[in-house]
Amino acid sequence: MRKIEENIFKVLMILSTVIISSTLFMILYTLFSKGLGSLNWDMVSKIPEGGFYIGKGGGILNAIVGSIYITIGSTILGLFVSLPIVIYINVYAKKNAALATITRLSYDILFGIPSIVYGAFGFAIMVYMGLKTSLLAGIITVTLMIIPILVRAIDEVVRVVPEDMSNAVFSMGGTRYESAKVILRQSIPGIITAILLSFGRAIGDAACVLFTAGFTDSIPTSLDQPAATLPLSIFFQLSSPIQEVQNRAYAAAVVLTIIVLVINILAKVASKNLSKNKI
Amino acid sequence: MKNIRLLKDSFVSKSFLALTILSISTVVLIGLGLFYKSIPILNSTSLYNLLFSSEWKPFKEAFGFYPFIVGTLWVTAIAIIIALPLSMLTAIYLSEYAHIRIRKLVLPLIELLSGIPPVLYGVWGVLVIIPLIQDHIAPHFVEFSTGYSVLAGGIVLAIMIFPLIISIVIEVFVNVPQDLRNASLSLGATQWQTTKKVVLRKSTDGIVAAVVLAISRAFGETIAVLMVCGNLAQVPQNIFDSAYPLPALIANNYGEMMSIPMYDSALMFAALLLFVIIFLFNALSRIILYRIEKRNN
Repeated sequence: MRKIEENIFKVLMILSTVIISSTLFMILYTLFSKGLGSLNWDMVSKIPEGGFYIGKGGGILNAIVGSIYITIGSTILGLFVSLPIVIYINVYAKKNAALATITRLSYDILFGIPSIVYGAFGFAIMVYMGLKTSLLAGIITVTLMIIPILVRAIDEVVRVVPEDMSNAVFSMGGTRYESAKVILRQSIPGIITAILLSFGRAIGDAACVLFTAGFTDSIPTSLDQPAATLPLSIFFQLSSPIQEVQNRAYAAAVVLTIIVLVINILAKVASKNLSKNKI
Repeated sequence: MKNIRLLKDSFVSKSFLALTILSISTVVLIGLGLFYKSIPILNSTSLYNLLFSSEWKPFKEAFGFYPFIVGTLWVTAIAIIIALPLSMLTAIYLSEYAHIRIRKLVLPLIELLSGIPPVLYGVWGVLVIIPLIQDHIAPHFVEFSTGYSVLAGGIVLAIMIFPLIISIVIEVFVNVPQDLRNASLSLGATQWQTTKKVVLRKSTDGIVAAVVLAISRAFGETIAVLMVCGNLAQVPQNIFDSAYPLPALIANNYGEMMSIPMYDSALMFAALLLFVIIFLFNALSRIILYRIEKRNN
């Protein structure tokens, strides 16, 4: 009797595992088979020409470049905030100190806040600061959204740097600041993983930039111009009734999928090399 | 020379502390900012009316969020009902049964699933799930459905929260001491009995935390749901009806919100509502998970 129950559950477990792990391939298959046909060099190398949204010529270069600007800008800005925070809670605040715990807890909570809420908050800041929808407003909002990702991921790797490492610095008369430099150097592969993870998240998120980055057919040349992003360009084109425009959405989806897959796989490879420099 | 190094150290210490405190107060700032923006609507309409009235007529300044709240709850509930059994079984299999090689093969696939942007889930939902519901599932149950429905939203969301539930539950299982399993097995219990009576029982609070986190993730997901839910401001009567979840409402109306009085305030209130609920859910489950980790160390 108990053997039967075990076997039934075993079958169910394997079935669930197969279903869940095959969803990835199902999704990739659908996106590629639908979009590859419409993907051509014009799509990725040209900005929309007049009448793009009624099926005339052009491509999605504006969205690709806009996404890259926002993603790189916010990742750099995010690093400036998150690296000091991680250093502070790991080097300056003693281990398990209340402040470190509270910081980790609040970043775990901030991590769970949906991007649409960041979008709405970013919009509120934008109005408060008198900005209009622009590259800058988009970068600020996305930065807010990815700081929790960066802090959690970098904290994860800095935490496991052996304590001996900083003790060695202290025993030679070094300051905490100098030990922080040593610890950071040890964590570089992990930091790269964190950067790639936040990159992947930032490039794929639509809800967050919906209010703040605006949308445009041209490539922004300064921070106060609106910028298009890939997810929004997919979203807008898909809602078009014209088949040709919809096909472009599918092609843009393939571009985004490839970018995200490459970033995620790179992150995997980088984190594999994590243990390289350990004592 | 030494003094400069010490000065540098204490300067860095103080400025990093300031930055840390400033940045953890973002949680408070987001709440306050959204609250500040929703004061006008809170002053003109009672909280009870905002939450429980079904009348949504922005031009008449009638803002009843009831259909949107119910829509969000329906979609979230369906996502959890689909995702929970599948991801629990998978987590149990991967952590208790599967060979290490299978685990190392499957876990990265599941992690990749969590890296796929929401908008791509939306595209996939439109291409695969909508026609499936419209042509093959709905006709067996109701007379007419466009496919853009609560069910479609639930299915897409379920796939989006698989990785979250699986990774947390596996983490919780890892924290169950191996000795407990060994003790149970040595008493002659089968592996399934051990899993059911020892591992699962020991992990109940962690599983609850994982589910609460998954609920809050599903609650706030915007673009994917927006693309497959139909977006009709009605209280859905069955799972083949269209719904209009709160995040979709915010995202869909940002364009006109500045031109209609009170509209922006109403949408900011919707964001505040999401923020408060998700904040509470997240805080609760994170504290539980912290306790589990601490207990184990």
